[in-house]
Amino acid sequence: MSLRQGERAVGGDSPPPARPPDAAIRLRGAAVRLRGAAVRLGGRTVWSGVDLTVGAGEFVALLGPNGAGKSTLVKVLLGLLPLTAGEISVLGARPGRGNHRVGYLPQRRSFDAALRIRGVDVVRLGLDGDRWGVPLPAFLAPRARRRAAEDRIAEVIDLVGATAYAARPIGALSGGEQQRLLIAQALVRRPDLLLLDEPLDSLDLPNQSAVAALVARICRSERVSVVMVAHDVNPILGYLDRVAYLAHGGAATGTPEEVITGATLSRLYDTPIEVLRTSDGRLVVVGQPEAPARHTDRHGGDPRGDTR
Amino acid sequence: MTPSWNLVADLRDLWSYPFMVNAFRAGTIVAVLAGAMGWFMVLRRQSFAGHTLAVVGFPGAAGATLLGVAATFGYFAFCVAAALVIAALPFGAGGHGQESAVTGTVQAFALACGFLFVALYKGFLSGMNTMLFGSFLGVTTTQVVVLLVIAAAALAVLTLIGRPLLFASIDPDVAAARGVPVRALSVVFLVLLGCAAAEASQITGTLLVFALLVMPAATAQALTANPRWSLPLTIVIGLAATWLGLGVSYYTSGPLGFYVTTFAFGGYAITRLAGLARFAGLTARGAA
Repeated sequence: MSLRQGERAVGGDSPPPARPPDAAIRLRGAAVRLRGAAVRLGGRTVWSGVDLTVGAGEFVALLGPNGAGKSTLVKVLLGLLPLTAGEISVLGARPGRGNHRVGYLPQRRSFDAALRIRGVDVVRLGLDGDRWGVPLPAFLAPRARRRAAEDRIAEVIDLVGATAYAARPIGALSGGEQQRLLIAQALVRRPDLLLLDEPLDSLDLPNQSAVAALVARICRSERVSVVMVAHDVNPILGYLDRVAYLAHGGAATGTPEEVITGATLSRLYDTPIEVLRTSDGRLVVVGQPEAPARHTDRHGGDPRGDTR
Repeated sequence: MTPSWNLVADLRDLWSYPFMVNAFRAGTIVAVLAGAMGWFMVLRRQSFAGHTLAVVGFPGAAGATLLGVAATFGYFAFCVAAALVIAALPFGAGGHGQESAVTGTVQAFALACGFLFVALYKGFLSGMNTMLFGSFLGVTTTQVVVLLVIAAAALAVLTLIGRPLLFASIDPDVAAARGVPVRALSVVFLVLLGCAAAEASQITGTLLVFALLVMPAATAQALTANPRWSLPLTIVIGLAATWLGLGVSYYTSGPLGFYVTTFAFGGYAITRLAGLARFAGLTARGAA
């Protein structure tokens, strides 16, 4: 039993292989395109034969059990890891080339409670943190440019609803507040593609749905393509244009209606999973193996210790 | 010697001796460099690495004296070499509290080596005190020039890498994705920190380097979380502690390292107590 079957099952519902011209046009403008992609790490094939297309302005979820290589795929999209086989283009170029047009939110970052840097400074680093030198004193900096930078930072902080606490030290903020500011940091340069690695992890339920709604709103209003890695599909299910499930060394991709079915998910996770439809038409996945509880305390453990 | 409590007259009195002028020059250079490096070190949680670099200066200085070379060169050679070693350790450059027991082991061994060099160089006990706890006596003009040249070079490099270094310190994953050379910056910073530790050792002694490396930065960062203010404030606090320490040490003939450390510690303690009092006040008001 493999994901190839899952893919075929999904493919069975989709259009025939000869793509109509409008699909070709849509693909040329695609934010991400993977064809037959494979990655090996330490002699082990993490996944292979992965096909994934993220259209401009689409909200795509990357789902799958622990260790399936979701974060690995994000690193490939950033150009930090090479493919061992297949084709890839990110924003029409080789991955890593256009990273100034990519906003990135790494997995499970939390700031030390004693870190004395304001939220607004963390957002600002997203804007110009990679420029050499130091910021000029205010009276020496070109006025127009300084004003433009400050306006953009204020605008993006307002967009994520963090204006009230952006001037407080980031270590003193809650996990949800930090996550909003980090999303603002990823957005501040008006990226065309947003890569979010488990942004809902370690948030409580109300914050999970609030941040999911925020990302969906940004995806529509800023016309940015979003790839979000997630453990639990339920908080984002209502917003998704497309999902990609990674498991057993391969991937199944398609629209939520195609992929999120009891049969496909049960096969992917090797465990019985049901997909229910609520009275208001929303899909709910039941029986999905829960991620082991960990790092719920944002001050506990080393945030960089566990990277997959 | 008693102060007249007339600031101008006292300063004229202090500076009538060339060795005091040199001590003030050296102290000023060291306070500025140590403040700037210490500000980043505290943000990067690399205080333990900083302390190890400073302690390694002790066998450096003792070894140089044993060989008949100026102690200044011993400080710089050992501190910079130790910085490169820590950077080469797999966890060293990562910083952020991942410094391991290895760093501590090296630190203890360095202290022991220093003591061995002192023992080999007989009749040298006052020299050991100076190396461990600092002194303002006998700062030569050549030494001041060496301190100035190295501090200027280190600050120039820090100015060049300042913003990406801050990015890499706070947010290494995103910085790496943006093309910031996180690992290389970490190595460069450790070398700069080695220079700062070597310079500060020559004023406060290797054991009290934290008076200039950690305390001003910790105080300034407790006062404000805005980097535009806390970095200059760090340098101002370091300068104040150094100048006050030098003045009081001159008039009381007391140990310089003690006074510089005490003024820096006093500033830190007052800041933290004021912060606690304000927090308690806010809580009380919130409860009322």
